Amino acid sequence: MTLLIKEHVKPAIQEILQAGKFLVTGEIGPPKGTDIDEMIEHIHLLKDRVHAMNITDNQSSVMRYPSLATAILIKELGGEPNLQVTCRDRNRLAIEADLLFAYTRGIRSVLCLTGDSIPVGDHKEAKAVFDCESVQLLQLIRNMEEGRDSGGNELKGGVQFFKGAIVTPEAIPIEPQMIKFEKKIEAGAQWFQTQAVYDMDNFKRFMEKAREISDKAYICCGLVLLTSPGQIKYMNANVPGVFVPEDLAREMEDAPKEERLSTGIRIMARQIRQCIDEKLCDGVHIMAIGKEDVVPSILEEAGVDIKKM
Amino acid sequence: MIITTSKPFEEVLKELEGEEKVFIVGCGLCATTCETGGEEQVAEMKARLEAEGKTVTGAIIYDEVCHELNTKRKFRENKDAVEAADSFLVMCCGAGVQSVRESTERAVHPACNTVFLGNIQRHGHFMEKCSLCGECVLEDFGAICPVTRCHKGILNGPCGGTDEGKCETDKEKDCGWTLIYNQLEKMGKLDRFRKIYGLKNWQANMKPGRVIFEKKGEGGE
Repeated sequence: MTLLIKEHVKPAIQEILQAGKFLVTGEIGPPKGTDIDEMIEHIHLLKDRVHAMNITDNQSSVMRYPSLATAILIKELGGEPNLQVTCRDRNRLAIEADLLFAYTRGIRSVLCLTGDSIPVGDHKEAKAVFDCESVQLLQLIRNMEEGRDSGGNELKGGVQFFKGAIVTPEAIPIEPQMIKFEKKIEAGAQWFQTQAVYDMDNFKRFMEKAREISDKAYICCGLVLLTSPGQIKYMNANVPGVFVPEDLAREMEDAPKEERLSTGIRIMARQIRQCIDEKLCDGVHIMAIGKEDVVPSILEEAGVDIKKM
Repeated sequence: MIITTSKPFEEVLKELEGEEKVFIVGCGLCATTCETGGEEQVAEMKARLEAEGKTVTGAIIYDEVCHELNTKRKFRENKDAVEAADSFLVMCCGAGVQSVRESTERAVHPACNTVFLGNIQRHGHFMEKCSLCGECVLEDFGAICPVTRCHKGILNGPCGGTDEGKCETDKEKDCGWTLIYNQLEKMGKLDRFRKIYGLKNWQANMKPGRVIFEKKGEGGE
């Protein structure tokens, strides 16, 4: 077993994006508990079909098997992890220590997020940390890369990560979101995944604005699988920054019950195809949220095979 | 203004279990405004405790229960009623309760929950706008506090949970960062928003906070 991975190898995400290729990433949501068999199946299923897998960090403020442990597991299973780090549950000391550990175990790509708020999750009485937030987290990592922790102390052996961040194209109002996007780049973000996108026309407008701000930061379109009319109604009413337009909602409503999943697969495949064909962005991030087993079908329907790209 | 809410009466009764003689302390300032420890509430508490078979040896309301010397003086002034009591029920903020703690060796009980430092928006409407962080950032954010007005207290712009000017945690609550953005835009000072705000010193007021005036003539010319 590898205990220490010292050499700096560029993570797959960086390799692909810098080579000008279209990046395809997936997502692994760890379970609540130690029964990780299904998650391991998902990792096996995805590892050769996507360039890298995000591992969510207590997603939606729901306590789960840790992202860092899952990132290492993915590495051990021969996949490429993209470690999500949020600021909700750990202060700067804990985050820095985790990043040191992650680096020694070969994690080279991190996605920096502020994290959802505590009341939306399942530990509603917990104390939220937010000692730092996404922009400061990016800065903190850059400082560590320069050999110092946030206390200004010298590190004995540093880190180097390909640093990612999030942007929300559907945010209302959009202006503060775009300024924050710019700040994230200034703080060291090299690539972005977007919050779920459904309205491709709005996404195009967003991409124009984003490219005006920076032609260096890579941007990957975040796509969440649609599965039912109820899910669409729920998301439109309750998930900030997510908007499913009328025509997609109708497409799902018109589908017979047994064809809803295949309709969702078809919609996402179409979106992926559009991103590639119209060169809208630098990649896609597929969030199947519990339906990871259909990701191969989505990619097949989109005609995407990363080995042939 | 320190905002308090009343604990349920059943909880207060439980606190007082086994103690027959009670002395009640109310506050003429914040708790009076919050209607948790003013004259009316103290009188009502007295009546309810007596209905439960307790003896109320005395009940006083004065300004600044948090003033420890003042509280000691009030206790001396009410010596007989104070000495006759098994315990003290304090109907104001946690600072007031602990001020009473300094004045007696006997049991001291809180009748309120202390919730925040609040602004009075109108009668009975209080809102938290300052979290007493010890290192004021209002100058940088158009005099709207992100540490308090943003649920997450973050310093570099809105999170992904902002939704048409409202917060993901409560659709009734404004997104503090939208307020800050609008204010800075109005002032033509969006450059302040664009500036990256580094890690905040959360130990600027190390708990427990303490401030002591420097005596004149000490510490310099």
